[in-house]
Amino acid sequence: MGQKTIIPFGPQHPVLPEPIHLDLVVEDEVVLEAVPQIGFIHRGLERLVRTKDYNQFIYVAERICGICAFGHSMGYAETIEKLMGVEIPKRAEYLRVIWHELSRIHSHILWLGLAADAFGHEALFMHCWRLRERVLDLFEKTTGGRVIFSVVKVGGVNRDIDRGTLDEFVRVLEGIKDEYNQICNAFLKDPSVYNRTAGVGVIPTEDALGLSMVGPFARASNVNYDVRMLGNGAYGDLSDFKLITSENCDCYARMEVRAAEVVQSIEIIEELAAKIPDGDIAVPVKGAPADGAEACNSLEQPRGECYYFAKGNGTKNLERMRMRTPTSQNLAGMAVALKGCDIADVNMIVLTIDPCISCTER
Amino acid sequence: MGYATKSPWVIHYDASSCNGCDIEVLAALCPGFDVERFGIINTGNPKHADIFLVTGSVNERNISVVKQIYDQMVEPKVVVACGTCACSGGIFHDCYNVIGGVDQAIPVDVYAPGCAVRPEAIIDGVVQALGILDEKSKALKAAKRGA
Repeated sequence: MGQKTIIPFGPQHPVLPEPIHLDLVVEDEVVLEAVPQIGFIHRGLERLVRTKDYNQFIYVAERICGICAFGHSMGYAETIEKLMGVEIPKRAEYLRVIWHELSRIHSHILWLGLAADAFGHEALFMHCWRLRERVLDLFEKTTGGRVIFSVVKVGGVNRDIDRGTLDEFVRVLEGIKDEYNQICNAFLKDPSVYNRTAGVGVIPTEDALGLSMVGPFARASNVNYDVRMLGNGAYGDLSDFKLITSENCDCYARMEVRAAEVVQSIEIIEELAAKIPDGDIAVPVKGAPADGAEACNSLEQPRGECYYFAKGNGTKNLERMRMRTPTSQNLAGMAVALKGCDIADVNMIVLTIDPCISCTER
Repeated sequence: MGYATKSPWVIHYDASSCNGCDIEVLAALCPGFDVERFGIINTGNPKHADIFLVTGSVNERNISVVKQIYDQMVEPKVVVACGTCACSGGIFHDCYNVIGGVDQAIPVDVYAPGCAVRPEAIIDGVVQALGILDEKSKALKAAKRGA
């Protein structure tokens, strides 16, 4: 038996694009405990709603996180629409969901790449990111931005996508599918990847429920919960929505779930692009939220359920805006998964929760 | 600048950015933009790095980390502030926890603007940084000879 040592992990670490600090209490090669410390990206955005107009804050909301940027602007806009009782046109709902699913594709492919980097497969990392560029090109073509889009506004969306471009969406995504399946083969069928990830960082279903984990991280532990199945907005018009879960509860299962969700998102976009109704893309929103009015809303972000709460005070500035982001839910699960793991597996486990520290700390 | 006398290695740190600039820094290193063709490699070790890419507006908590990474880098070194937040604080400039710009913490040589910064702007910034790196290393050598 060796003696206990504390190994600091982060905030600056090559596997993490974002800073989080973990104190790993280590005995020999085994991690006894992982203590996360956060605060490196805290900016205080929830305080900003008091000084910004509710229309202006949507641009701040979008910059809560650069990976789930579209999801945050959509979630915030939906919350304010509920707060003020605005009903948006059907076409705007469809466009929002199409973009949101597209951002899920880009986020999951990005994550697959980072995961490949974490288990030391750099060529796979590069292939994933090459594929992701083609998704970003679609974003750039329709919104003008690659990661920050500024396309959602309270009451609808700023830009329309015409028929030709929607057809191009479908064509490009169909083209991506083949290459994507090849990449997935490397992730899911390669024995070296399997040996590295299977049985690592197991969280049983009961623990996942007890720790209130969300998103693909929870679904990989066989928790059947996805906000999309509630059918908010254009999700309600889907002919079929099947939850993707896995029973393995380990790092391999998390990869499996995310890999399948990309294909699911492509199918959702294809279906909605065929069904999209004609009409306006926005309604004018006037006035201010009533004093004391409250609204809440939840949305399935690429990383899991994100919950929004807003309270008005009769002026154009909101009284309170609160978000509960998926990663803050999942950090507890990460600390549990790290207990008893090998020190070499730490970066793998940290990555499989798909940490988005910018969301968490705001 | 005709040719680069050195293949620079870069180190990247997210000092309270929204993540958008960070994934663009990584995207610049990946096949879409591929800065590796200029010999630029991302490293995790400050002692190996020549160019420090900082994103984000720096807050009270991570200012010490930014300073530490900068101090650990070996001379000559160049700092590139990537994104509007890193240049001036950007949209977060009036947040209570934000110091506002990387230049409040460490000396910055090149400012690459954009929200989020485009990979082209990062590449342009790094190419400018290469010129500055050359000058700094010449000055360093001259000082040694003089001493």
